[in-house]
Amino acid sequence: MNDPTRPNAIALHTRDLTVAYHQKPVLWDVDLDVPEAVIAGIIGPNGAGKSTLIKAILDLMPRATGRVELFGKPYAVQRRLIGYVPQRESVDWEYPINALELVAMGLYRKIGWFKPVSRVYREQARAALSEVGMADYADRQISRLSGGQQQRVFLARALVQDALIYFMDEPFAGVDAATEKAIVDILRRLKESGKTVFVVHHDLESVTEYFDYLIMLNMRVVAAGPVDEVFSSENLRRTYGGRLTLLDKAVNAVGRTM
Amino acid sequence: MTADLILRVVLLTDYNTRVVVFGTVMLGIAGGVIGVFLLLRRRALLADAVSHAALPGIAGAFLVMVAFGADGRSLPGLLLGALIAGLLGMACVSVIDRYTHLSEDAALGIVLSVFFGFGIALLGVIQKMRGASAAGLASFIFGKTASMLRSDAIFIGVSAVAIVVVAVFLFKELRLATFDPAFGASDGWPVGILDLVLMALVVGVTVLGMQAVGVILVIAVLIVPPAAARFWTDDLARTTVIAGAIGALGGYVGTSISALAPRLPAGAVIVTVMGVGFVVSLMFGTSRGLVHVARERHRLLMRIREQNLLRALFECEEAGAAVDTDRQMSYLGNARSYTGAELGRALARAERDGLVRRDERGVWAFTNAGRARAARFTRNHRLWETYLLEYAESAPSQVDYGADFIEHVLGEELVAELERVVEREGRRVPESVHTLKRGPA
Ligand SMILES: Nc1ncnc2c1ncn2[C@@H]1O[C@H](COP(=O)(O)OP(=O)(O)OP(=O)(O)O)[C@@H](O)[C@H]1O
Ligand SMILES: [Mg+2]
Repeated sequence: MNDPTRPNAIALHTRDLTVAYHQKPVLWDVDLDVPEAVIAGIIGPNGAGKSTLIKAILDLMPRATGRVELFGKPYAVQRRLIGYVPQRESVDWEYPINALELVAMGLYRKIGWFKPVSRVYREQARAALSEVGMADYADRQISRLSGGQQQRVFLARALVQDALIYFMDEPFAGVDAATEKAIVDILRRLKESGKTVFVVHHDLESVTEYFDYLIMLNMRVVAAGPVDEVFSSENLRRTYGGRLTLLDKAVNAVGRTM
Repeated sequence: MTADLILRVVLLTDYNTRVVVFGTVMLGIAGGVIGVFLLLRRRALLADAVSHAALPGIAGAFLVMVAFGADGRSLPGLLLGALIAGLLGMACVSVIDRYTHLSEDAALGIVLSVFFGFGIALLGVIQKMRGASAAGLASFIFGKTASMLRSDAIFIGVSAVAIVVVAVFLFKELRLATFDPAFGASDGWPVGILDLVLMALVVGVTVLGMQAVGVILVIAVLIVPPAAARFWTDDLARTTVIAGAIGALGGYVGTSISALAPRLPAGAVIVTVMGVGFVVSLMFGTSRGLVHVARERHRLLMRIREQNLLRALFECEEAGAAVDTDRQMSYLGNARSYTGAELGRALARAERDGLVRRDERGVWAFTNAGRARAARFTRNHRLWETYLLEYAESAPSQVDYGADFIEHVLGEELVAELERVVEREGRRVPESVHTLKRGPA
């Protein structure tokens, strides 16, 4: 469903991006050009700067240097096009709000100022809840959900936002295999309708299955590009070091699929 | 104190009482409604600092008005001074918090005490001034409800309505800004401005409440009713309504009591009444009240114990072990983790409930009612277990071991299918009273 007037538009463009906490830079010289309508995986070891990269793109933390553009314009202009699911939600879980109301929050922008959430929007929120398998929990106060269920509710909120670019920081952490499959199906549908999705991911075995674009990160960009070009044992070693036995398995997986 | 007097106060026959009650009830509503968001934003203490910081504003406004030859006690003028000083205090807190290493609670403590102390000092200066009648000013510390004039009450009423209207129109926006400001910002909402609007409404209520309950106690109007309301519901809209209602009730009852006993300061009585409302809510609130939660928990425990006992007895019969006391007791002891005493208590309770009785051999047997219930529980249990195996992916949201009839949750067709699965495995499913009730096929 690519727009012919805008062939291969660049969804995310970064140049010379460096990010630091206090005095210590944790991300160096990040140059990326990610095309639209892809599911892009972001992989790298713990502390590699994956979450930091997303936060820097979304202006949630200051950048030391560098430029970020989403469809050619800075985030401040484009933020209405962005959906974001953080790694860990830092909300007040005892807040008087149930799953359905939380998902409906993603529709507030469409509803507009001052107007209450009408039935039409409640139904949309309910549909998103059932997409992530949470329809039966619509009326639950959010502290009375399990960790994985809470995560699915927040994912549903991002889905109803109807964004052009999604950033999901480890959406599969803590969800069961069936839900993971369901979420992947949703991501594929998003991609088919022209959306770009960035997903921080840790399971190397499913990389080739889930993603068509890959950013391999360890304080700098080790490699970025279409999965079949960059997901090699050489790049994995450069990203994770030689130490992981797990790598062999993943590399085998690479061998199988290519 | 005659019954006649009480009646006159309660029915608001008295004009003065009517005026004051109107003012405090409106204040209670506005405080309750806005306080809900304040509490959810976790800014309760900031409001306390704001109200204390307002005192020097009141004194300062008095001095300024006297200096310009006006009546120093004009209420709008004093409240304007309070507003300015309160906002200044709030700004000081955020400056200290943001630009120094001190944490917010230190900033709150500094602003609250220093502003208040300065206010008290200014009041001392005013009292020494010749000519200026400063008599009313000290009443802002603890409030002097009885001094409320008709115009004051109307002013409070109109402002309270305005505040509530803003809260109603911005309900969804305030929910967003108080629940998940980071998401709100990323979604393009001006959460910073919404936050400011909320704090402005809070300052508004604080200033309105100063005359009635005083700068020290006004925070209670904002915090106590919302905190109480949280024990009754998990729904934000309902929390807001209940908080407003508790605030209104506190205003009405508190003012009435102090009208009956004129030496009681109304502000303190209003706050005390709200406190009683809080304690009652904490105990008996139907969502999170302690008594309610404990009672629900107890009921659930009793139910689970009863179900387990009946099922064990039923299975004991099925296994043919219900022939003499010894075998029955050892079967039951093994089936569940009962100690002897627990088992005895459980059986005694079931006997009292008319579910089991001892036959002439001393063996526990079901009554008719007990047998029907035991058969039902056993049946449900076996079907649920099968369901969990067959439908593992959707099961956790469906399975309800406590449900009276599995058919009500899963529907007759699915249950019939499950029955077939269980029987194929060579286990028995006790007949359902539910299907029997439907009459012969
Ligand atoms: N608030 C912070 N202050 C200081 N350093 C931080 C902060 N947050 C993260 N860091 C550091 O920045 C680096 C990158 O962190 P980041 O959270 O981006 O890692 P990540 O790749 O998302 O890791 P994970 O897989 O564990 O989520 C780490 O070395 C971490 O210690
Ligand atoms: Mg991370």
